[in-house]
Amino acid sequence: MSKVTTVRPQASERDASPHAEPLRGPHFRIDAAQDPPKSAPAARLMEARDVRKSYRKGSVLVPVLQGVNATAGDGEFMAIVGKSGSGKSTLLHLLATLDAPDGGEIHFQDRRIDNLPATQRDALRNCEMGVVFQFYHLLPELTTLENTILPAMIGCSVTQFWGKRRALRRKALDLLEQVGLSHRLKHRPSELSGGEMQRVAIARALLNEPKILLADEPTGNLDRQTGVQIMDLLRSLNRNQKLTIVMVTHDSAIAKQADRVVQLVEGHVSHA
Amino acid sequence: MYKMLLCVRYLRTRYIALASIISVTLGVATMIVVNSVMCGFQHEMHKRLHGILSDLVVEAHSMEGIQDPESLVEEIRDEIGDDLVGMTATVHIPAMLSFKVRGQWMTKQVNLIGIDEKSYANVSEFGKYLLHPENRKQLSFDLHERGYDPRLREAGWAYRRMKVAQERYYEEQMRKLEAASEGESAHETVATATTDVDSRDDSPFNFEIGQDPFLEADAENDARTFDAMTQQHVGIVLGIATSNIRHRASDGEIVDLFLCKPGDDVKVTFPTAGTPPQAVSANFTVCDFYESKMSEYDSTFAFIPIGQLQYLRGMIDPQTGVGAVSSIQIKLKEGADLNAARDRLRERFPAEVFPYRVQTWKDMQGPLLAAVQMETTILNILLFLIIAVAGFGILATFFMIVVEKTRDIGILKSLGATSRGVMSIFLGYGLSLGFVGSGVGMVLGLLFVVNINRIADVLETITGREVFDPTIYYFQEIPTIIQAHTVAWIVAGAMLIAVMASVLPALRAARMHPVEALRYE
Repeated sequence: MSKVTTVRPQASERDASPHAEPLRGPHFRIDAAQDPPKSAPAARLMEARDVRKSYRKGSVLVPVLQGVNATAGDGEFMAIVGKSGSGKSTLLHLLATLDAPDGGEIHFQDRRIDNLPATQRDALRNCEMGVVFQFYHLLPELTTLENTILPAMIGCSVTQFWGKRRALRRKALDLLEQVGLSHRLKHRPSELSGGEMQRVAIARALLNEPKILLADEPTGNLDRQTGVQIMDLLRSLNRNQKLTIVMVTHDSAIAKQADRVVQLVEGHVSHA
Repeated sequence: MYKMLLCVRYLRTRYIALASIISVTLGVATMIVVNSVMCGFQHEMHKRLHGILSDLVVEAHSMEGIQDPESLVEEIRDEIGDDLVGMTATVHIPAMLSFKVRGQWMTKQVNLIGIDEKSYANVSEFGKYLLHPENRKQLSFDLHERGYDPRLREAGWAYRRMKVAQERYYEEQMRKLEAASEGESAHETVATATTDVDSRDDSPFNFEIGQDPFLEADAENDARTFDAMTQQHVGIVLGIATSNIRHRASDGEIVDLFLCKPGDDVKVTFPTAGTPPQAVSANFTVCDFYESKMSEYDSTFAFIPIGQLQYLRGMIDPQTGVGAVSSIQIKLKEGADLNAARDRLRERFPAEVFPYRVQTWKDMQGPLLAAVQMETTILNILLFLIIAVAGFGILATFFMIVVEKTRDIGILKSLGATSRGVMSIFLGYGLSLGFVGSGVGMVLGLLFVVNINRIADVLETITGREVFDPTIYYFQEIPTIIQAHTVAWIVAGAMLIAVMASVLPALRAARMHPVEALRYE
């Protein structure tokens, strides 16, 4: 079930991008406060404010995001849809602080995060956010279990990890059981199917008990049936554990399963 | 934690990287082998050089020697008494050694050294290199009955008696022959320039030079006072190479051919004290050989009792009866600082004032030791350069691995790994590669060193060429010494190079942008 977001035109003088003004139409802001009362109690967890990003291709500056505003409420399952090249993955990378915006701000838990020092952003990614990618991105040298535990290894020093290793292992086993992979613990990613790898990736993203799960085309590389399984998993995580999920997809059928859909068209948020 | 895990995993899955450190392994192994062999050589050389030289030597400039050795000894004792183990006086002069080989006289130039048989072995390793086991315990200038080295089965009193009997029989036959030919008129004897000072020196050999029947007859008269069958001249210990020929038999065995043996008599000619020096000759009986395996020593040294030499050279003061000596050999306690002791003695006896100088044995062999040291240093530099070259191999391989692992780096960064963490993965990887490489190299090198003589044998059989020719080196096998600290330095250096080679690739990995890294296909 999807729900149309309220958008309102934004004054174009806020646009600092020199070539954005003549090329693009009015900008839109998604405002959670103006949502129907049904979802109103959701507090803002993550917010993009007038985010701009362009990439340089040779000597040409290609604008990807041209002032995007979006808000994900606490416990919400939000989908960002758009065609290929609309900048949805870029937006997700910016939200995950993997990349820094050229303009605008990213807020997380009422704190601006896009301008934090690198080590704090690293810690934030490690502890507060979980990221799932289209191509799973598991480390080929590690087993399922090790891949799942990896975020904890990154977050802890050797001694900390050693102290908590049993608890962490149990947690990873629980998570893998939750995603239905307890029989594949010792396998390498190359021995797993796409759906299994994605489930490992989700388990890995959840290990450090993040506040938000950022998923970039989680079903993009999977067949229909497996995609449905993954979506069911994400839905149940959202429902049962009140996990906030921001999912990027190009598939509107998949997007329909989210609480709310934000559509990106050529670097702008548009009506779904 | 993930860093270690990944280092270990990369180590186990990237064989190309292991290949890149083979050169490090070989470099480390070679360096260990070369250093051990050089060290072994150096040690052997030191041992041999030191074998004849005591720790400190107070050496007179002139051939007259130090006139008043006893007071000098006392003063030395006062100066460095705490470190002192023993002292002995020696006289050394250049001399000519002559001995008869199948009726012909062979002459060799030697360094004649007068030693005190009781104390000389205490200050140097001299005693160890003697061939008779009794002499090794305590040197005596008396000929032994038998029991010399296996190479000298025919030596000693038994040999001497047999030889003298043969000579006498031969002379008898000659005399009979001459009597039968009715005796031509005797020539006038041309007196030899031999000035025999030795009272007991009446050996028949002295007169064989002239080949004169009358002289021989005289010799026989004199021989009544000296019976070569039962008596010997004053003993002399010869360096083994003064009178032997070492060659290789057709079957490849090393054969020693002794031109004179313990039991034979030799004639030594040397200058007297005083100016100008006069030549004096005296007969000695070879009582042992000295074999240090330092060809320089073995081919030039001859030892006789110091009292005899002082007497023959006229070095004994007729009034006091004290003999002059040309050097005082000093042995210090194990571990005593030689240079400090030398400097103290030099301060006490400045070379500007006193007619002698103080040197350590290392000073005396300075150029040789310095040359070997130089060789070792240059070899080490060259070999270390080889490892450094291997470092560039590691650098290239690491760049490749970083490129190959670009996506993994992106994943790690997206999971919150810091740039420093990513960098330390690759630095740690470099370190562990260096560790494995130099560890394997160390094991290989040590195995090689331990089995070097067996390996040399195998090489000999394969190539047919001797790796170490004992006729040149006097070594039956290759000497090696493994020094723990040298090995540690080599291994640490190789590991350092591996780490340094991984710095640039690690920096590159750390600087990677996570999004671009993730997109990398």
